[in-house]
Amino acid sequence: MNIVVTVKQVPDTWAEKKLDPVTRTTDRKSVDNVINEMDEYGVEEALKIKEAHGGEVTVVTMGPEKAVETIRKALSMGADKAVHITDEQLVGSDALQTSAALAKVISTLSPDIVITAAEASDARGGVLGALLAERLGFPQLTQARKVTVDPGAGTVRIERQADNGYALVEASTPVVVGVVEKINQPRYPSFKGIMAAKKKPLTTLSVADAGLDASTVGLANAASTVVDAQPAPPRQSGTIVKDEGDGGTKAAEFLVAQKLI
Amino acid sequence: MAEVLVLVEHADGEPKKVTAELLTLARSLGEASAVFLGAPGTYAKAKEFLAQYGASKVYVVESDDVVDYAVAPVAEVLAKLVTDVSPAAVLTAATAEAREAAARTAAKTESGLIWDAVALTPDLSATQGIFGGSTIVTSKVTKGTPIFVVRPNTTAPETAPSTPVEENVDITISDSARSAKILDRVVEAKSGRPDLTEAQIVVSGGRGLGAAEHFALVEKLADTLGAAVGASRAATDAGWYPHQQQVGQTGKTVSPQLYVAVGISGAIQHRAGMQTSKTIVAINKDPEAPIFEFADYGVVGDLFNVVPQLTEAIEKRKG
Ligand SMILES: Cc1cc2nc3c(=O)[nH]c(=O)nc-3n(C[C@H](O)[C@H](O)[C@H](O)COP(=O)(O)OP(=O)(O)OC[C@H]3O[C@@H](n4cnc5c(N)ncnc54)[C@H](O)[C@@H]3O)c2cc1C
Ligand SMILES: Nc1ncnc2c1ncn2[C@@H]1O[C@H](COP(=O)(O)O)[C@@H](O)[C@H]1O
Repeated sequence: MNIVVTVKQVPDTWAEKKLDPVTRTTDRKSVDNVINEMDEYGVEEALKIKEAHGGEVTVVTMGPEKAVETIRKALSMGADKAVHITDEQLVGSDALQTSAALAKVISTLSPDIVITAAEASDARGGVLGALLAERLGFPQLTQARKVTVDPGAGTVRIERQADNGYALVEASTPVVVGVVEKINQPRYPSFKGIMAAKKKPLTTLSVADAGLDASTVGLANAASTVVDAQPAPPRQSGTIVKDEGDGGTKAAEFLVAQKLI
Repeated sequence: MAEVLVLVEHADGEPKKVTAELLTLARSLGEASAVFLGAPGTYAKAKEFLAQYGASKVYVVESDDVVDYAVAPVAEVLAKLVTDVSPAAVLTAATAEAREAAARTAAKTESGLIWDAVALTPDLSATQGIFGGSTIVTSKVTKGTPIFVVRPNTTAPETAPSTPVEENVDITISDSARSAKILDRVVEAKSGRPDLTEAQIVVSGGRGLGAAEHFALVEKLADTLGAAVGASRAATDAGWYPHQQQVGQTGKTVSPQLYVAVGISGAIQHRAGMQTSKTIVAINKDPEAPIFEFADYGVVGDLFNVVPQLTEAIEKRKG
């Protein structure tokens, strides 16, 4: 199995996130950045498939130079090699452009399975898996809470999470799999893994190296634009009461006063 | 006036409330055209609803192909309509499936995509809350046909009875869009309570409940309020409640009139899914719990005392 897994570097969940005042894109410079938490589940699933069926796991990311830290994290978990698309021209690319760039590079890797996580915590688009399937022309097996690979038949079957249960969905490889965080428990990198990661092959590609058309990438060529950004009005701090045996009654009185009941 | 396409959300033909919201929103932008995709024989159940909420036109595709394969067929239909009709915009609900279909439609038609819009103006600007709602942005699409993925519960639905023109869309779903076959649909949770994302009131339980059976307290309170039941990730991970009911960053995003958090600390990932609720009430025994920083009303106390008393007080009032 040739497995490609996408990862993204995002501002730390606990950091106060901001937009860059000039470009109105996510400020990735003034905050601590980490691997998108959900992507660890993607990497874990890739490693599990490799462990069960053999093969190779390639990590692909598009992002600033320091996103290489995120690649290292995935390599230290056990991925075999990585491709990093990085170029100033890519700054401000939207999901559509990002998916086009990633798809172009991923197709050169001839994967059987492309794994992405359901959502990145910065922009919370939740669309990249669908977009990669569209652009690569692969079947879309997203929202997966369980993945079963049958290498003999060349099929992948998933449980696609739904509102009231799940759908059992099957397709022939190559496929795009999108995972939700219920799927597994990501491993921690071992010391050995961390040391080994430093020596694993890493390919760095510019826009030109990747064969991308510079006139289609970056903020200036995005298909949508942020025209205004304002801090949300702070929530009025509420009334907090200590339960003196009448807490439930008081809460009910509040609901009545607010005309909620 | 240009058409605004609305992808109808429905369950076996029964439209969801968000469809009424999207039609109402579409009418503020142009002529609302509903797009109904479903299994043969399901449209009849949606017809009256779509007329009531002011659809001027309904594009209908009744075919097993649009329900037996995941997502791609929906995008194929929407992309065809975008090309054929040149609508002013396309609106879908912010459900996993519609969001993915919207994205693929945008890619197919080289159009801009804006997700999680909470408001749209006639000049087709979208309002979004980002970074867990801490920043409000106004966005515009600059290429192709604007495709908006709209949060449920953000527009008040208004009726505007109409007699829509119905048009069967002439389309054969391609082989490549029929590549991810749905073999089975398994229903795990059927509660009879309102849909989590559509409910006006949501009561959620967290780790503070301590055990699966204590969710009965939350359900009882929810039922007296006519509410949906939600849960924190700690509660769904523990297996106390179905994960479909998880609220938060990796669960559902809800914006009800009232959100009651029972034994939930208010971690940032939970907050991301509920902080746009109009009114937030929290019950937690720890006065330092982060949920009290953004609750409108908080009771510091043991939920095993407070919740039954609250339930009883509401029941009494309702008589
Ligand atoms: C990638 C990722 C995604 C995540 N996505 C989500 C998500 O979508 N949704 C989500 O909810 N979380 C999510 N989380 C988890 C989140 O970080 C928290 O761990 C989780 O929300 C905590 O749930 P909780 O509030 O129920 O539990 P806790 O944080 O343990 O809080 C329990 C609360 O109950 C109170 N309590 C205990 N006993 C009583 C009592 N008898 N009476 C009253 N109060 C009591 C305690 O004081 C405490 O404040 C995610 C985490 C990660 C890493
Ligand atoms: N720039 C990127 N490079 C690599 N993977 C990405 C990038 N952006 C998004 N992804 C992947 O797409 C998933 C869904 O992201 P999103 O659609 O942006 O919410 C993430 O979990 C990542 O695996």
